[in-house]
Amino acid sequence: MKNEFKVIADLIEKDKRVLDVGCADGTLMKFLKDNKNINIRGLEISKDKVQKCIAKGLTVIEGNAEKDLSQFPDKSFDYVVLSQTLQAFLNPELVINELLRVGNKAIVTIPNFGYWKIRLHLLTKGTMPITKTLPDEWYNTPNLHMCTIKDFVHFVKSRNFRIFKSLALNNEDVSLINNSNLGIKNLFADLGIFLIEK
Amino acid sequence: MNTEINLKTLIVKKPLKLDCGKIINNFPIAYETYGSLNEKKDNAILVFHALTGDQFVTGLNPITNKDGWWSYAVGPDKAIDTNKYFVICSNVIGGCMGSFGPSHKDPDTQKILGTNFPVITINDMVNAQNNLLDHFGIEKLFSVVGGSMGGMQVLQFISNFPGKAKTVIPIACTSSHSAQNIAFNELGRQAITADNNWNKGDYNTKDSVPNKGLAVARMAAHITYLSKKSLQEKFGRKLQEREDIKFSFDADFQIESYLRYQGSVFVDRFDANSYLYITRAMDYFDLGKQFKGNLSDAFKETEAKFFIISFTSDWLYPTQENKDIVIALNGIGADVGFVEIASDKGHDSFLLDVPDFLSALKNFLDKSYTEN
Repeated sequence: MKNEFKVIADLIEKDKRVLDVGCADGTLMKFLKDNKNINIRGLEISKDKVQKCIAKGLTVIEGNAEKDLSQFPDKSFDYVVLSQTLQAFLNPELVINELLRVGNKAIVTIPNFGYWKIRLHLLTKGTMPITKTLPDEWYNTPNLHMCTIKDFVHFVKSRNFRIFKSLALNNEDVSLINNSNLGIKNLFADLGIFLIEK
Repeated sequence: MNTEINLKTLIVKKPLKLDCGKIINNFPIAYETYGSLNEKKDNAILVFHALTGDQFVTGLNPITNKDGWWSYAVGPDKAIDTNKYFVICSNVIGGCMGSFGPSHKDPDTQKILGTNFPVITINDMVNAQNNLLDHFGIEKLFSVVGGSMGGMQVLQFISNFPGKAKTVIPIACTSSHSAQNIAFNELGRQAITADNNWNKGDYNTKDSVPNKGLAVARMAAHITYLSKKSLQEKFGRKLQEREDIKFSFDADFQIESYLRYQGSVFVDRFDANSYLYITRAMDYFDLGKQFKGNLSDAFKETEAKFFIISFTSDWLYPTQENKDIVIALNGIGADVGFVEIASDKGHDSFLLDVPDFLSALKNFLDKSYTEN
């Protein structure tokens, strides 16, 4: 399991109710269910991936986060997880609002467009950056709203959401993000992980 | 219909009060079982059949000498694996395969009941079938499964008996019959009652049954079970054993010949009055209405695990109507999974060889069973 999922799992206490939005093949769900006795649900848009979750015995609903989160009552989960998907929505702000309505807390991870390799790529090559976390060309990428760690922190603050924890991931390294190191983390982390609440 | 063959039948002695107010007792429920019930009695699956189905889910149907209606899904090593599970299916009341229905005789007058048979509902069907659990000494079923009208019975069953199933699988169905659904059923009923042989439901002798009306009803309904795409691909404008159109009203096109065939084989195995009664039961089905318009309340007493399946090309019970059930369940935090299977085969997809559907069904059941 990738490091990002280990970090997410560490943020969630045992026996909680969790919704994994864009749960893909259910890797994180399965881990949380087996290791933390989490009552876990998934929402996934791809039929193939829904089938993979079913084959793992996971409870998953085929659906689109931008439309289908509305069916869940307010605060019906302790945590709602959104891993590296926010940038792919037509309206990320709406999705964030929905995550924070449905869950007591939300865990959101974003690929950091401020990562130095991305900046260097754009600076030296002058073309849209392609990296391990962002492998697609500009014309076929599902990512519509890329942002940096700094952008996300600014957005969350501007909406008066509380940030409980901000973590920077660079391969295997996990570190805390705070006000004083935000600029540095925004340069050296390829992924940001945020635990937030409305 | 050949009812000479010995059908397994349970005579229900306990009186059953129907939604229409009438009380029935000492009535037969014809059923069939597959696989064997284990010692703990925790491997039983109750399968509910659709409008024109019967208790012969799989293997050879002794009445029609054709494969059972769900042979693709049920059997040894299949999605509903009869090596593992004990499958029970019974003919609904109102039906014509041995369960109490309009072709039965009034014990007092010895006349066929016809339209003197009470109007029944999905709720009545389910309450009648619940007697099978007592018969087999099963406290809790491992699963209740069914497609189309079978799915409606699944929903009604878990609402009526919230503790009696561990898993619940409504397939290609709805919680409330739409105006379009009612319209198609009414078309079928009108075809039957317009046949002079119907005689207000009082037809007794073999040579005056309303076969023409029933065949038309079946033809119209059959179109609703298929998708435009599947019809176009299978038949298109292909002509039936002729080089060119004949400028007549014979079956020039293959699709016409196909529908006529479907109508003609149907009348051999189905009773016209049963068709009236069962379609009426479907039309009356509105589970939310039973709970003052709040569908979620139908399920609030159950801890069962739901898995809802729809098909992309099903326009009779489209995905959105299946999703409405998912939404109602999520509204009360129920354990509910949902998948829409990509298939061009229309509403009938659940009866056919659709690998994604069959594997999802199998995986859900087998994984849920090992969690026992």
